[in-house]
Amino acid sequence: MERRYLRQLVLLVALAMIAVSAASAEESRLKVATTSSLFDTGLVELMAEQFEGMYNTTVHIPAHAGSGIAFQYGQRGDVDLLLVHDPAAEKKFIDSGDGLERRCFAYNYFYIVGPAGDPAGIKGLNATQALRAIMEKGEEEPDKVMFVSRGDNSGTHSKEKLLWKGAGYNYSDVNASGPWYIDAGQPMGATLLMTNEKQAYTLTDMGTFMAYQGNLTIVPLITGGDELLNVYKAIAVNPRKHPGMNCELANKFIGFLVSEDGQKIIGAYGEDKYGQPLFFAASGNCDLIGCPKEECATPATASCTA
Amino acid sequence: MAFIELKGVGKCYGSSQILKEVDLQMFEGEVMALIGPTGSGKTTLLRLIDLLEEPSSGAILLEGRDVARLPERELLKLRRRMAMVFQKPVMFKASVKDNVSYGLKVRGIKAPEKVDLVLEAVGLQSYAHRDATTLSGGEMQRIALARALIVEPEVLLLDEPTANLDPGSAASVEELISGLQTTVIMATHNMNQCLRLSDRVAVLLEGRLAAQGKPTEVLASKEREASLFPSGGAFVPWYPFGKRVV
Amino acid sequence: MNEIGQGFIQALQLIFSLNPDVVGITARSLYISLASVILASLVDVPLGALIELREFRGKRSLINLIQTLYSLPTVTVGLLVFLFISRSGPLGGLNLLFTPGGMIIGQTILISPIIIGLTISSLRGVSSQTRETAKSMGATERQIIATVIKEARYAMGAALLLGFGRAISEVGVAMMIGGNIRGYTRVLTTAIALETSKGNLELSLALGIILISLSLLVSLLLSRFQGR
Repeated sequence: MERRYLRQLVLLVALAMIAVSAASAEESRLKVATTSSLFDTGLVELMAEQFEGMYNTTVHIPAHAGSGIAFQYGQRGDVDLLLVHDPAAEKKFIDSGDGLERRCFAYNYFYIVGPAGDPAGIKGLNATQALRAIMEKGEEEPDKVMFVSRGDNSGTHSKEKLLWKGAGYNYSDVNASGPWYIDAGQPMGATLLMTNEKQAYTLTDMGTFMAYQGNLTIVPLITGGDELLNVYKAIAVNPRKHPGMNCELANKFIGFLVSEDGQKIIGAYGEDKYGQPLFFAASGNCDLIGCPKEECATPATASCTA
Repeated sequence: MAFIELKGVGKCYGSSQILKEVDLQMFEGEVMALIGPTGSGKTTLLRLIDLLEEPSSGAILLEGRDVARLPERELLKLRRRMAMVFQKPVMFKASVKDNVSYGLKVRGIKAPEKVDLVLEAVGLQSYAHRDATTLSGGEMQRIALARALIVEPEVLLLDEPTANLDPGSAASVEELISGLQTTVIMATHNMNQCLRLSDRVAVLLEGRLAAQGKPTEVLASKEREASLFPSGGAFVPWYPFGKRVV
Repeated sequence: MNEIGQGFIQALQLIFSLNPDVVGITARSLYISLASVILASLVDVPLGALIELREFRGKRSLINLIQTLYSLPTVTVGLLVFLFISRSGPLGGLNLLFTPGGMIIGQTILISPIIIGLTISSLRGVSSQTRETAKSMGATERQIIATVIKEARYAMGAALLLGFGRAISEVGVAMMIGGNIRGYTRVLTTAIALETSKGNLELSLALGIILISLSLLVSLLLSRFQGR
């Protein structure tokens, strides 16, 4: 019936218009997936803005919870570049051919933060010892001592799981151990707010903590040590596995991150606002952060074409 | 040749058979009255002639051609040569003018002057811009008639056209009908109206055609009366020629 | 509770100072949700009319299914549409993910059950004799449907308004499909979610007040248009 054709035609026209509007955005934009800890500090947006100015292009950052979904986007080819901090997941990503190559560009430390009164008495201990103390005290007195976890497969969450393992525990045991362990399932900022509400302990990256410090009464209790090292890496999505990736632009962004200017911006970020920078530049600190020379603050070398 | 002919037409709804084996002839330009008690199938018959539904059995012939089961496209063309006024007509939620000109609108004809003409014919000249949903029952009936007349149908089907009208309006509507050149098929309860207006009469009883012919023939004879209207029957007392039959 | 009062004040400030971010976000919310309602009507009103005005086996089950889908969780719709338009999904080549166009499609799908279902009930409210009158006056199938829809216009207007309300106030689809990209796919609801998670409660409230005002405005416009 002609009516049906008319309706199909209108539908097609509408879809075509939508597709056109979408496609025109696609031409030159760079899609970057990142973790909430990086994003919430505002560093990525700053770098993106600079980059946009330098190369007259558009950078889009779908803001999502954490590394978990960032890697998903990478595996699906929905973004061109990942900025992440989860070594195990990164390795898997590159081994599977989804990622092109890895470049360390920044680092800072995780903190274990908690109530000023420190009911579990963790100050002065190292990270694994601290977690052990929190768990033991938490099981005894769950209303005094609590731990809030990201619970969302983020880089921070992965680090937390590693630390529990280092302390000798099975993570699923910890998770189910009692009401003292709170699985938040939230991005870093929201997790910090919840931790503050409950006057509990949590693992956080330095950057987000300082950005939220104004709203918090919980304080950093353990702030250094190799165990708490947090290294950020950039990985371009492999255009050979996912056709249509804006690989050139992704590599250029990596180049910008590791450039002298880029590293300078990173190393100074937050200084004026918080009194100390939120990040440290990777360049010059490769041994400290355990990043291999070729991967440490060097521009991307892998070609985008076969 | 009959303009419209029904041969052996039957209509069932589910398990009830409303019309049984109706053979009817209508000639061009005549006024045919369908009379019979409520539930005898007059409305159903009109609807079948208007091609709103298919008969369950039998043939409907227009100018000799069986049209009962043609594809919708053909039926539409034929339906556009007819117009029907239902027993309790429904107005669209619009002005009287929009209601009346609906038939023209669906045919793609623009003729606003015709609206005034038909409104005048039914005696509602000043009503064009009123909200049709606020009219009284009698006014609605006349607007529905105007709505039908505006397309100048070859066949006009009327289901109890003066049922809701006061005697004055009823009289003018009857005058209107009798002045029409078009073929009119009119269902009615009213014997006198039947005698006054119709050229021929068909009597429907329980879905069957009991009689067909000139009004005087059909209604005059006493035997006919007796067989048509069994005593003690539960319908309106009829007054043929002033005689009372109950 | 003080936040609510502060929220109102901030809302007024944002509106009257024509804060460019807020204006952009508001305009984008309106554009995306209005486009969704329009697209949905084009597809769903005729579809609803077809379903209601025809008899067929399984009609009642279909209508039941449609009504069940009224309260589709927005995040689920968001996820399903994401799987389709992701680059590794069947429609990946259209590049709709993280674009306003994708959000429009997502919201259209979200509100379609409402538009279809309420079209069906609006048309049901129109007496069958109206349809018959139109038919006997010589209207084609399409003209009959148009006439019946016109007769049901008040109820249909309410359906469209409801669809719009659901579209503009949902988060799941907008977040998953749009990605809350500043200056590109950020809308009122995703902005509210973001600001809340950042702890900026007064700003969130202000945006919420703006959102509600928008819905109110559209509702008023609709009644004016319906001539009530």
